Amino acid sequence: MKFIHIFLIAAIISNFNFLKADEIKTENKIAKNLRCLICQGQSVYDSDSEFATSLKLVIRNKIQEGLNEEQIYSFLKTKYGEWILYDPVFNRNTYFLWLLPILIFLAGGAIILKKFYIRK
Amino acid sequence: MKSKFIPLILILIFLITFIIFFKGLKNSNIYTPDTNLKKEVPSFELKSFENDSIVISEKIFKDNDYYLMNIWASWCIPCKEEHVFLMELKKDDRIELIGFNYKDNFKNALSFLKDLGNPYDIIVSDKDGTASIEWGAYGVPESFLVYQNKIIKRFIGPINNEDLLEIKKITR
Repeated sequence: MKFIHIFLIAAIISNFNFLKADEIKTENKIAKNLRCLICQGQSVYDSDSEFATSLKLVIRNKIQEGLNEEQIYSFLKTKYGEWILYDPVFNRNTYFLWLLPILIFLAGGAIILKKFYIRK
Repeated sequence: MKSKFIPLILILIFLITFIIFFKGLKNSNIYTPDTNLKKEVPSFELKSFENDSIVISEKIFKDNDYYLMNIWASWCIPCKEEHVFLMELKKDDRIELIGFNYKDNFKNALSFLKDLGNPYDIIVSDKDGTASIEWGAYGVPESFLVYQNKIIKRFIGPINNEDLLEIKKITR
């Protein structure tokens, strides 16, 4: 009987730890992808400012409420604007930013093709 | 023919890059958020500052009244600066002041109000700062002007005389 008790308690504790570890992982991941708006060049994860500590708490609460990563990003986007996200969203303002590397890559490829293959 | 073009193109590329970077130098790299947003007031349930009763946002903000939601803390030095203007605003009966006591110690906050006066009609305490995040706040002090359940203007940092005049102009 005692053995079963200990086994059950151990099982419950290990399960809880597993759940928590997963939550902390996503919490940290989200915090690393957010810009600390009142610091210079720091993510929310890196910062210990009052703003960042509160924001981390909000992220934790939202995860516990059952929101997924995307939902939390869009929630924060409505509150603080796109600037809080490190990853710029693909829209009218950022077409150039996203497409320029691809264009340059294609142009470079075209030059190489012309130089080495077409001449022969 | 070919050798004439290449230096010209190089100079052109250099010039364009130079102009872009030179213009970029003059841009401010400090992020300034939009202060004129028409956002809905986020709903909250917070503990009252004076006692442990729960205050619900829907019961505070009513239509056709102006409210200034002010985030403050006793440990915040600029809050002392703006307090004079909040006391001035208290005299105006067209606007109600809501205090958001941000991550504060109750005793310190109480003595802060005792020393400088209490301009607020209602004070709620935001112990962990999460409710302020819901408002999209950056820190203390910060104020939001609310009308018809919408945030019509926000003031980041301490309120000064100019802001005071602006608030009075809006609420007139």
